[in-house]
Amino acid sequence: MAAKNFLFSGFGGQGILFAGKFLAYKGLIDNKQVSWLPSYGPEMRGGTASCSVIISDEPVGSPIVSNPDILIAMNLPSFDRYENAVKKGGIIFADSTLIERKAVRDDVTVYYIPATRLASENGMPTLANMIIIGKILKVLDDFNEESVRAALGKVISAKHADMLEVNLKAMQIGADFE
Amino acid sequence: MADKVLMKGNEAIAEAAIIAGCRHYFGYPITPQTEVAAYMAKKMPKIGGVFLQAESEIAAINMVYGVSSAGKRVMTSSSSPGISLKGEGLSYLAGSDLPALVVNVQRGGPGLGGIQPSQSDYFQATRGGGHGDYRMIVLAPASVQEMAELTVKGFELADTYRMTSMILADGTMGQMMEPVSLDIEVKPAPEKPWATTGTKMEREHNIVNSLSLVPEELEQLNFARYERYKVIEENETMFEEYMVDDADIVIAAFGIAARVSKNAVNEARAMGIKAGLIRPITLWPFPNAPFKKAAEHAKQFISVELSMGQMIEDVKLATECKVPVTLCNRAGGMIPSPEQVLEAIKEAAKGGNR
Repeated sequence: MAAKNFLFSGFGGQGILFAGKFLAYKGLIDNKQVSWLPSYGPEMRGGTASCSVIISDEPVGSPIVSNPDILIAMNLPSFDRYENAVKKGGIIFADSTLIERKAVRDDVTVYYIPATRLASENGMPTLANMIIIGKILKVLDDFNEESVRAALGKVISAKHADMLEVNLKAMQIGADFE
Repeated sequence: MADKVLMKGNEAIAEAAIIAGCRHYFGYPITPQTEVAAYMAKKMPKIGGVFLQAESEIAAINMVYGVSSAGKRVMTSSSSPGISLKGEGLSYLAGSDLPALVVNVQRGGPGLGGIQPSQSDYFQATRGGGHGDYRMIVLAPASVQEMAELTVKGFELADTYRMTSMILADGTMGQMMEPVSLDIEVKPAPEKPWATTGTKMEREHNIVNSLSLVPEELEQLNFARYERYKVIEENETMFEEYMVDDADIVIAAFGIAARVSKNAVNEARAMGIKAGLIRPITLWPFPNAPFKKAAEHAKQFISVELSMGQMIEDVKLATECKVPVTLCNRAGGMIPSPEQVLEAIKEAAKGGNR
């Protein structure tokens, strides 16, 4: 995989930064060059949150992703704001529970995943982010359970180690969603 | 080599300081460097160190003065407005020839400004920060790995030359995570026979003080300090060159601006424009030599900065104004994009924008 630039965006509290961190750690475990840069500001739960993740075979130059190859939009404001920023031929993963409209662009591939609904139906209301991550890895043909587990082990603190399996299950739900 | 871990730049600074043997941290929270303090608050009590959240930045820098007088490795960290508050203390540290590590994770200014990344404290850092004739060693990391390595280096240089080392980072460097190896070699700290560690009735009192009322003596102290600075200029300059050898257009950039510029240099090269990058790692001492050398073949220099143009003055001095030096910048917490830098390179290649 050449350099892949991801932009994760959604509400604070949706696990945007966590999902980005997971993907960065997975890249590190897969021996890639990675960077993770959060938006930071006078922001809070319910405000906007976003992060830039770069996974590359080459050393990462600028860690700032303005024009992502892959956009993860977990709410409508993010979808509205960044749809046009995605590179031509890029991919958008949209949480269709919270984003009711379809993409305007026809030069990108869009996957609509009702992640928030799936999460709540499966009794894991805080894991819509990982459902989307599962779908991303499936689409990128990068769902290697060994490195996924290892990366989860890095981002889930020891105190919450019991959350690892349910995170993995969430990702499987995302991967299986057609 | 030890495993690489993902860390924020701010956390890497804190962990590297602990690795370097620093057991005394004094600070006051301010975005975007608060993770340094948070990390220290968590770690220091567990390893027998001191984390103290002072009542103000001014108090914190004076606590640094106290611990440094006692001969221990000590640090404080802040962001732009907080560093201004520390200015008096920085001058006193210099006047007392005390080693210390001070971290500035810059944000947009002036005044209280904003909290987004900036490089607009370049003048303040490279010209000392407080009153009087003095310098600080100013280190500008451009990756999380360098945040860690230059922290260790900063302590070592501070001890060797009995002066303040400043890490001049910015909000991006502080907040971003990258893989970092903490397997960093630390040289043993030098003896500090001047430290105020108690005479045990076996030696004369050591006095650490910046007051010197006899001008002839004070002049000598200044002369001696500047002799030391000369040694630092000769021996401690650090920089990175990227595709400079045959470059027509040479970018000067440090920290995050250098990361952005590298993208632009690669894109320019792909278009057949001979672009290169000189990245100062020490901002003081400024790496004059590579600039002077590049001025022999470069047609134009472009200083890329997150400020209204501060380092550009040092680039002009280093190149002795033989070649035009232009500015490509954003300010107030904004970051130039690789596209903006590429446009500046293209403009320069056409011979315009001089």
